[in-house]
Amino acid sequence: MSKEIVLPELGATGLLRYSWRQLTSMRTALILLLMLGVAAIPGSLIPQRDQNPMKVREYFSNSPSLAQWMDRVSLFDVYGSPWFSAIYILLFISLIGCVLPRSVEHFHAARALPPKTPKNLDRMEFYSTWNAQGDEIEKAYALLKAKRFRILRENNAISAEKGFTRETGNLFFHLSLILILIGVGFGSLFGMRGDAIVNVGERFINVPTTYDSLKFGKLLSEKALPPFVITVDNFVAKYNTLTNAPEDYTLNVSVIDKPGAPSVKKTVKVNSPLRFGSTNVYLQANGYSPIVTVRDRVGNVALQGPVPFLPQDGNLRSIGAIKVPDADPQIGFVATFLPTQARDSVQGGISVFPEALDPKMLFSIWRGDLGLNTGIPQSVYRIDTSKMERIGLESLKPGESFSYEGGSITFEGYVPWVNLQVVRDPGKNYALLGGIVAILGLLASLFTRRRRIWIRISDSGKVEVAGLAKNAAPGLEVELEKLVTLLKGEK
Amino acid sequence: MSQTWAYISNYSIYSAMAVFTLSFFAHAYETAWAVRAPQSADSTDGNLITKTLDYTRTEKAARIATAMMILGFILLFAGVIARGISAHRVPWGNMYEFSITGALAFTGAYLGALRKYDLRWLGLLVSIAVLLTLGTAVAVLYRPSAPLVPALKSTWLVIHVSAAIISGGVFLLANVIAGAYLYLDSMERKGPRAVWAQRLPSLEVLDQLSYRLVAFVFPLWTFAVIAGAIWAESAWGRYWGWDPKETWAFITWVAYAAYLHARVTIGWRGRRAAWLCLFAGSTFLFNYIYVNIYGTGKHTYSGL
Repeated sequence: MSKEIVLPELGATGLLRYSWRQLTSMRTALILLLMLGVAAIPGSLIPQRDQNPMKVREYFSNSPSLAQWMDRVSLFDVYGSPWFSAIYILLFISLIGCVLPRSVEHFHAARALPPKTPKNLDRMEFYSTWNAQGDEIEKAYALLKAKRFRILRENNAISAEKGFTRETGNLFFHLSLILILIGVGFGSLFGMRGDAIVNVGERFINVPTTYDSLKFGKLLSEKALPPFVITVDNFVAKYNTLTNAPEDYTLNVSVIDKPGAPSVKKTVKVNSPLRFGSTNVYLQANGYSPIVTVRDRVGNVALQGPVPFLPQDGNLRSIGAIKVPDADPQIGFVATFLPTQARDSVQGGISVFPEALDPKMLFSIWRGDLGLNTGIPQSVYRIDTSKMERIGLESLKPGESFSYEGGSITFEGYVPWVNLQVVRDPGKNYALLGGIVAILGLLASLFTRRRRIWIRISDSGKVEVAGLAKNAAPGLEVELEKLVTLLKGEK
Repeated sequence: MSQTWAYISNYSIYSAMAVFTLSFFAHAYETAWAVRAPQSADSTDGNLITKTLDYTRTEKAARIATAMMILGFILLFAGVIARGISAHRVPWGNMYEFSITGALAFTGAYLGALRKYDLRWLGLLVSIAVLLTLGTAVAVLYRPSAPLVPALKSTWLVIHVSAAIISGGVFLLANVIAGAYLYLDSMERKGPRAVWAQRLPSLEVLDQLSYRLVAFVFPLWTFAVIAGAIWAESAWGRYWGWDPKETWAFITWVAYAAYLHARVTIGWRGRRAAWLCLFAGSTFLFNYIYVNIYGTGKHTYSGL
């Protein structure tokens, strides 16, 4: 005698159906929703590669083994990680599995007439009765029709229903979330994003080689870049004299949409990018490029022009590297540009205002091997001085020169540079549409009430009015009181 | 000229704080003095002393409390407006300004709800919360009135930030009510309510009220997030970038969405719903406090 419980055989299809039911159940959806919220947390506390690559590098240099372990579980790329993706993909499958059948059901229900008037109206939540005058059904029909109820007329009764907008809004809300996801996906597959530092007076030609950094979506070809040319005419930054905070950035450019088109003057501001179809050009950052001339021992120019420096603080103290690979031996200048110079007893040379009111460039001169041919990518703002020796230290104001053993450097002046960010996102309009539909759907579903109202004249000559609100939505009592008053003809 | 307006703003806000303090004392008086010990002759049955509630004695205090709340609201409103005039912009440029506007929205939400529901019992908690917010703003977060950084110069500042602040005010009110629910519920589990708590609404009413507030303001919060995305598209070159503030706004949105689903679809009520409501509200607070102060994202502007 075996006491084993015999479970019915599920089979493969049964198991699939079971899993599908589980996945599309409301409880699972709710758990996935909460998991999505929790899973988003680490990305806001741990630096992410996309937003803050410098901080991530700091993690790696401070505690390499911990950082490697964290990297293995994608803690530096949370929002692109397999586990985060798994949660939202499951959530969306669950959502589709829930919403699509409901949409079909709702589509049929919305075209059907309300069910027949039940027998015992006095059991309803709201009920009132009085002696009939005879025309109540006609009056009620007219009143409810005017309020756009859907009505089923019976011999001596009316069954009316209203509030399907609630479910319609609800479904549209959920469907619009899918649309947003499609927009995001489409944008990342067919989009691109790149940055280029352009000195004032220079041109930006929209081809891959002019970018400092460039990322293409998986399905976008590099040839898809629109062939525009932007000339940076001038850039004006205004700062508050009390707080040193920026107040306004204005960038004036001349734009040629495509080869052969006329040049058009345009203004770019932080909140108003240049728009070329689904490609936008943003003004994202700015700084200074000191203009230098480096000469060799006999006075031939070895390097001349503006060199972009990287701002380090709000007063635009900027660091940079002037590399002269053609000199023999190679020469490098590790430099700091101070737009409005001052001296601090602890930090040394500092800048006290972001505008170039009293500019100065401090630098050390290095001779040896710049290491440019090692194949290891190098920062343009730094010099690897491990194979070099320092041969001088100097600070110059615009127009001044300094001679060192083997050559000279002249600090001619400076120009501002701007960082143009070029972004193509063909999916954003879908996401926007999804967002708008989501809000409208939400409003419809949260602020409409679905309810049924019945009116009947019984055989004994009594009028019965009853109502039922779905989800115990408030307000039906008031609505019914008004209806009863109107039907009784009371003033 | 603008300096004068900045002073007017500061003095209005100090006065509002004084008036809110008076309101707080009036509420406290009402709550405490309505409890009436019986006349010694009435009941001497053992040690049991039956206390009763008598609001006729404290009616005046209650009226004063609400009147002070309204006066405080008006002064605070004047302070926020004057701050805006002094800086020639909407007064939502830094955390000090968010805090005073947030306190205004919170008081407004309370006074608005008071017209419809008998919420005077909540006044004590509201006045404490408003005083704490304003106190922190004035003592810790104050910054001189100054123009905006370029990224904030946009019409979306008005739209996005006002929607976020109003949502925040209502979320916090819902949170206070959910907290009151949990407190009273555990009190009722031990026996009948303490006398002072008897005037508070029934658990069912509190439960419904916090749900209504959330359901009412959830679309507005959704709008605030989407308006922020539209703004970010024109200011930062992407509509969504998982910036810490964006991430936490998303987490708050997800948490309240879960709360609404739990109530409407699964039928959660009572304790579980109240805890979920508190959790969702705390994500909002975390976003406001932690991310503003310690965050490194794009929502941090010079000096908070």
